Amino acid sequence: MSNWKDKVIKLIFLSAASTSVLVVALIFLFLGNEAIPFARDPGIGELWQSRWSPVSFVKESFGIIPLITGSLLVTLIAIVLAVPFGVGGAVYLSEIASKGEKEFLKPFIELLAGIPSVVIGFFGLIVLSPLIKQVFHLSSGLNAITGGILLALMAVPTIVSVSEDAIRAVPGYLTEASLALGATRLQTIWKVTVPAAISGISAAILLGIGRVIGETMTVMMVTGNAARITLSPFQSVRTMTATIAAEMGEVPFGSDHYRALFWVGIILLLFTFALVLLSHRIMKKYKSLP
Amino acid sequence: MNRRLQEAALIWLMRALTYTVVFAVGFIILDIVWKGSPALNWEFLSQFPRRSGAEGGILPAIFGTLSLLLGSSLIALPLGMASAIYLNEYARHGRFTSIIRMAIVTLAGVPSIVFGLFGLGLFVIFFKFGASILAGSLTLACMMLPTVIVSSEEALKTIPMSLREGSFALGASKWQTIRTNVLPYAIPGMLTGAILGVGRVAGETAPILLTVAAFYLPRLPKSVFDQVMALPYHLYVLATQHPDATKVRPMQYGTALVLLLIVLSVNLGAILLRGKIRKRYAKLES
Repeated sequence: MSNWKDKVIKLIFLSAASTSVLVVALIFLFLGNEAIPFARDPGIGELWQSRWSPVSFVKESFGIIPLITGSLLVTLIAIVLAVPFGVGGAVYLSEIASKGEKEFLKPFIELLAGIPSVVIGFFGLIVLSPLIKQVFHLSSGLNAITGGILLALMAVPTIVSVSEDAIRAVPGYLTEASLALGATRLQTIWKVTVPAAISGISAAILLGIGRVIGETMTVMMVTGNAARITLSPFQSVRTMTATIAAEMGEVPFGSDHYRALFWVGIILLLFTFALVLLSHRIMKKYKSLP
Repeated sequence: MNRRLQEAALIWLMRALTYTVVFAVGFIILDIVWKGSPALNWEFLSQFPRRSGAEGGILPAIFGTLSLLLGSSLIALPLGMASAIYLNEYARHGRFTSIIRMAIVTLAGVPSIVFGLFGLGLFVIFFKFGASILAGSLTLACMMLPTVIVSSEEALKTIPMSLREGSFALGASKWQTIRTNVLPYAIPGMLTGAILGVGRVAGETAPILLTVAAFYLPRLPKSVFDQVMALPYHLYVLATQHPDATKVRPMQYGTALVLLLIVLSVNLGAILLRGKIRKRYAKLES
């Protein structure tokens, strides 16, 4: 086979591999492209306000602060709930469960990762939200805590699988040394294994946060979608993702509202991009340990 | 004694945490299966919706979801597998390779609704495809790309270097080696990765919301430039937009069940295939 043919083939594979770079660049480019005109008129300061009311007879207001706080509140609830289950589950699966038990449990976690978000949202709407309403004596079950619980469930598979990898990567001699010194199994887990895997576990949590903050359908269906600034988990909130999904379909093309929604998308993208970069950096660091 | 008790309590706590998650998963799936299966019948699967989804079936939504899966796979699988071949067989450690890897990691973290915005801006508006199967498939393809690449590369990594070295020693070129000594062994594993990628996008709603999904269509699409209905969006509409939500409850659960079955069977296929391959490799090594 001639040399040039091999070079052409390599070039084909190289261009395929470059697609990912191209797509990432295009994502930033096209979000920016649709959003930038808003920065010129009415100006980017318009976004930094506390009222999101994009359709109004008097004066539209594109303040995205309530959307950001809405996303952060739901994410906070979800992560506070997901971390004990995710990390506890990972420790249990990798250090405590027998092989047979693990083979029984693992498919459930994988199954959970596969349930579509719209199905989780539907379940939340029909089953969980009436329950939350009853338990906490609320006027509506569509609020931040219902969303947070469901999102916690969706973050668990990510946290479990990444933390489990990190725990498995802890060198055997560390745990053996600890056991040999007379530490119990649990002391070894908490004082040696988990601290040694802590960077991987924190990367797992960051990835979980990224998954939660970008989740759309579930929050749109169960958080009630009222754009308000609140810290109460029992209030209805409107997240950035739900705002885009709910409003983009009906917005006139090229309007201020349309461009403001692209700004929401950019801010969301920057949030997740920062999380990915941070977790990537942490993972790299722990992988380079001996 | 006290310490031993404490130890047992903590172990039970972690066990309880794990089983709570398992219980929740089981509960959700049983709820959907239990309340969805009465709605499943031939009429439901083969008819068009009537009276805005309150009666009839979900044929166009099933058709739409399957056509989007086919379309996005046709785009993402060749691209993703070729990327994996480049990264594992050709790429050297260097600046460009790490840029590609960083892009893949970034892509995996992009929220689904942002993919929707991107698809709207690029495919629907800029390329003037309109809301169509083509625009939706391209958007979903971008979304599944990272999963396909990463798991295909895992499959390529399991092929021992000796297979490649033997081929090079006999004077084969790089491509001959890949074609005859790497791919035949790696393809099943790469396919597993591909199926996992399909599973990742099969139930997605947000990206198709802005690029393809239609509320209701009286007929099946004629070309890739037409809109389609899709199961996840149909479920969303039935669950939140329908004026008489309780009356369409059986329809909602039926749609949720069909969607769940499609997504889970795709994932199950990948898991079974993976198990089979692992066993084969275990045999090879022993």
